[in-house]
Amino acid sequence: MSWIRHEVFVNTLYIIAFSLMIYGLMKLTSPKTAVRGNWIAAVGMTVAFVATLLKDEMGHNWLLIVVALVIGSAIGVPAARKVKMTAMPQMVALFNGVGGGAVALIAWAEFRNTDAYAHEPKYMAIASLFAALVGSVSFWGSNIAFGKLQEILPGRPITLGRLQQPVNLLVLLGAVACAVAIVAGADSELLMIGLLVLAALAGVFVVLPIGGADMPVVISMLNALTGLSAAAMGLALNNTALIVAGMLVGASGSILTNLMAKAMNRSIPAIVAGGFGGGSDTGGGATGGTDRPVRSTSAADAAIQMAYASKVVVVPGYGMAVAQAQHAVKEMAELLEAKGVDVAFAIHPVAGRMPGHMNVLLAEADVPYEQLKEMDEINSQFAQTDVSLVIGANDVTNPAAETNPNSPIYGMPVLKVNQSKSVIVLKRSMSSGFAGIENELFYDSKTAMLFGDAKASVTDIVEELKQL
Amino acid sequence: MENLVLIQNLAIVVLAGFTGFLVISQVPNTLHTPLMSATNAIHGIVVLGAVLVLGMGVGDDVVSGIILFVAVVFGAINVVGGFVVTDRMLGMFKQKPGQAGSVSKGKADK
Repeated sequence: MSWIRHEVFVNTLYIIAFSLMIYGLMKLTSPKTAVRGNWIAAVGMTVAFVATLLKDEMGHNWLLIVVALVIGSAIGVPAARKVKMTAMPQMVALFNGVGGGAVALIAWAEFRNTDAYAHEPKYMAIASLFAALVGSVSFWGSNIAFGKLQEILPGRPITLGRLQQPVNLLVLLGAVACAVAIVAGADSELLMIGLLVLAALAGVFVVLPIGGADMPVVISMLNALTGLSAAAMGLALNNTALIVAGMLVGASGSILTNLMAKAMNRSIPAIVAGGFGGGSDTGGGATGGTDRPVRSTSAADAAIQMAYASKVVVVPGYGMAVAQAQHAVKEMAELLEAKGVDVAFAIHPVAGRMPGHMNVLLAEADVPYEQLKEMDEINSQFAQTDVSLVIGANDVTNPAAETNPNSPIYGMPVLKVNQSKSVIVLKRSMSSGFAGIENELFYDSKTAMLFGDAKASVTDIVEELKQL
Repeated sequence: MENLVLIQNLAIVVLAGFTGFLVISQVPNTLHTPLMSATNAIHGIVVLGAVLVLGMGVGDDVVSGIILFVAVVFGAINVVGGFVVTDRMLGMFKQKPGQAGSVSKGKADK
């Protein structure tokens, strides 16, 4: 049975493993096959894991490994099972962070085990140090993102003002300098710790100034970074499975990051440079104070208005997620449809706090996905829409993005809600959105505001609809 | 020899990157969250790296042992939690039986 531990056999298993992962990801292209796709990828992961255990080099610390795996699973599984769908972005951020943290720690241990890469080829040292740097950035960045999403930290940008960019750059350069020194032959462990700490600071400084509205971009970017660090670790360990899996994630994360940034009409460097929202004071330009009159309405009026409409478009945003209003919204949509109203949901690509956030929530509430319309499709339909019901969405409906060149969000593609015949906005108060920008839509003469918690308001509307 | 290994591995890096790019480009907006969550689970493969380095032994270096122990815990949380959470998320996209035709007028997608 010696062949079973032979390198050829192990590497063959690796090939099977990453083929399964790629095949699994291919299945994710359709909601019908996606569940199976996920499990195919998981099987691939298991194969890779078994192959690793068979490796010839393995032979120590079995007990430690088993205990660590059990602890990890005991933390991961219940967390994954219990997390509320609305808390999904922070869960993903957290899982992403520990992945990056693991990479950084492996690199650190490697540094210690190999006497600062004394007898290793240069490229291994470089790959390992790259993995350490990126992994540490990803770990701490993800933790800050988690803190912001969990509202442990304020969601508004926290910046050092004008010093932010130079400080970020300096910290990053410091980390790179440590890495260069190690590659050049310095063997002090302080350099390695310095690298990890500086990279950690870079992660913290980069994510702290980023406002809540930019979170979808940040999360997918951190995901890509962890993937790349895993691939680099694969190079350092000469492990094909790690390389392939890491690169798959790196590529997918990069695509998503790019898509999200495009949906906000902002460049990735601009987002990373941070300070979006909050810092922009009144939202730049023509919007005067908060004293302008708005029209408010009642749940009863809103219900009547929608019940006698022929087409209603629901525009969900982060407010719906926070209020957990998705089930009430689904019930409302059903009642309206029973009355013969055509109901659709308009999904902005960056609504919520991670890519596709609204889709997941509405899917949880069993809203059929044919009713979910992407921005390009629905924007041509607003002109024929009688009532647009905006539930806790703000910046993605702001017409200033199209009309006011001074607005910080000018040029960002938005849902053209203001083209519909009337608009009802569900909102807790007149406070501005995460981007800290006033929304012109609220002051439009055809807009009526229904103040209150989104879930309570929708539930009231549902009650009124039942009585009609 | 070492350089040859590096070049071969770099070839894998490039090909895997393009493969990822092609596969992921096909995923619709609707599934972006589960996609991110699934790829998130996939980079949990770092747990293999941690297990491998720990399994190769750290001599009597206790600190390295602790570092790697934590790395395995982290990796396991990432990979196991990631797949479970993705499964839960995707379960919601399934058309529940008996519900498809009731109120939603939308025809089943092709």
